[in-house]
Amino acid sequence: MRTRLEVNGEVHEHEHEPRLLLVHFIRDLCGLSGTNIGCDTTSCGACTVLLDGESVKSCTILAAQVDGQSVTTIEGLGTVDDMHPMQQAFHEHHGLQCGYCTPGVVLASISLLAENPDPTEREIREGLEGNLCRCTGYHNIVKAVLAAASVPGAGEIPA
Amino acid sequence: MIPVGFEYERAETAEHALELLAEHGDDAKLLAGGHSLLPLMKLRLAAPAVVIDIARIEGLSYIRVDGAWLAIGALTRHRDLEISPLVLEHAPLLARAASQVGDPQVRHRGTIGGSLVHGDPASDLAAVVIALGGELVIRGRREQRTLGVDEFFTGFLETAVGADELLTEIRVPCVGGTAWSFQKFNRRAQDWAIVGVAAVALNGGAGIGLVNMGATPLRATASERAVASGAGAVEAASLAADGAAPPSDVQASEEFRRHLAGVLTRRALQECGLE
Repeated sequence: MRTRLEVNGEVHEHEHEPRLLLVHFIRDLCGLSGTNIGCDTTSCGACTVLLDGESVKSCTILAAQVDGQSVTTIEGLGTVDDMHPMQQAFHEHHGLQCGYCTPGVVLASISLLAENPDPTEREIREGLEGNLCRCTGYHNIVKAVLAAASVPGAGEIPA
Repeated sequence: MIPVGFEYERAETAEHALELLAEHGDDAKLLAGGHSLLPLMKLRLAAPAVVIDIARIEGLSYIRVDGAWLAIGALTRHRDLEISPLVLEHAPLLARAASQVGDPQVRHRGTIGGSLVHGDPASDLAAVVIALGGELVIRGRREQRTLGVDEFFTGFLETAVGADELLTEIRVPCVGGTAWSFQKFNRRAQDWAIVGVAAVALNGGAGIGLVNMGATPLRATASERAVASGAGAVEAASLAADGAAPPSDVQASEEFRRHLAGVLTRRALQECGLE
């Protein structure tokens, strides 16, 4: 079967088996390896991407299900020289250690601010319950998201 | 983990889905948000030959008031239940439970219909529909039937929905303004409940649904009877696990689950205003 997705603003159309998961479409067919696979069981959130702007776990979605929809991965945010406000906040507040969970956490945080632009610390902790950080770096992650909430555009996908 | 290969069909309408089911029979499974079925397929505990994607059927995602009932389309997502002004007004217990299903990513995909048809005894929403005394509208090719929730869950991961039928609507009575409580005990925020209790004050008594206390989502019948005949929260809650057969697993022993059911039911009834 064929699936056509807009990934980070670019159209990607590929032939694949129906059982192909969205995360494999992104990594193997689009060649975008910033989306990590962690637990592969809908728990850890490493594979989080934005689907039409909402956070989802790409290990638990068939590529076929989202044909025609729009996906944002970490590659679609900013660059080292021109970071997205959420990436900038993680950088400034050291919201990461090993970095494996970070793409998923950053995207989940953008979705969180899109739904709740002015969250409390508790709302951030609860809003990120679907993302596990095994370096136990939550403290600085929460600080980064709190700081990002006051920066315009932190809850938005770049045009 | 990769599912066993299958044929993918996309249903455009409810009629189309029913035709596809009639054509493929027991070999087919319906896919909505996929947050119950796909994990099972990835673990190869389920291996349907045909997957029928119903997520794009128009008109199966809605929340509306229908007389004394709140009518919810089967494809309504947990996120939609969580923030819907109508659900918050008429069935706040359902909105609260929906807000505690999985995590935000799961709630962006998972649907109430998918959750109920999966028939998992650990389902929060199932216990809520039991507590509220809800109804399920099930459509076949020839007829549509409405079942009370007590006839819906028939066994472990089994429901009354036939292999050639489609759950289209969930109906719960509008109970805005009555006292309710949702108690969920787990060790980590996003986990399934080890035990959960949904309770609502209804007609001078209480509706009480139990999460993860047996092979199916359960009604705490003995506690409900006790409340109806005037028992206090402590006495009624002591009967919460009567007739239940909770599992022992890595999370909790059967004995601990029985204990939790009593404690959580007492808290829930007290929150509902019972002395």
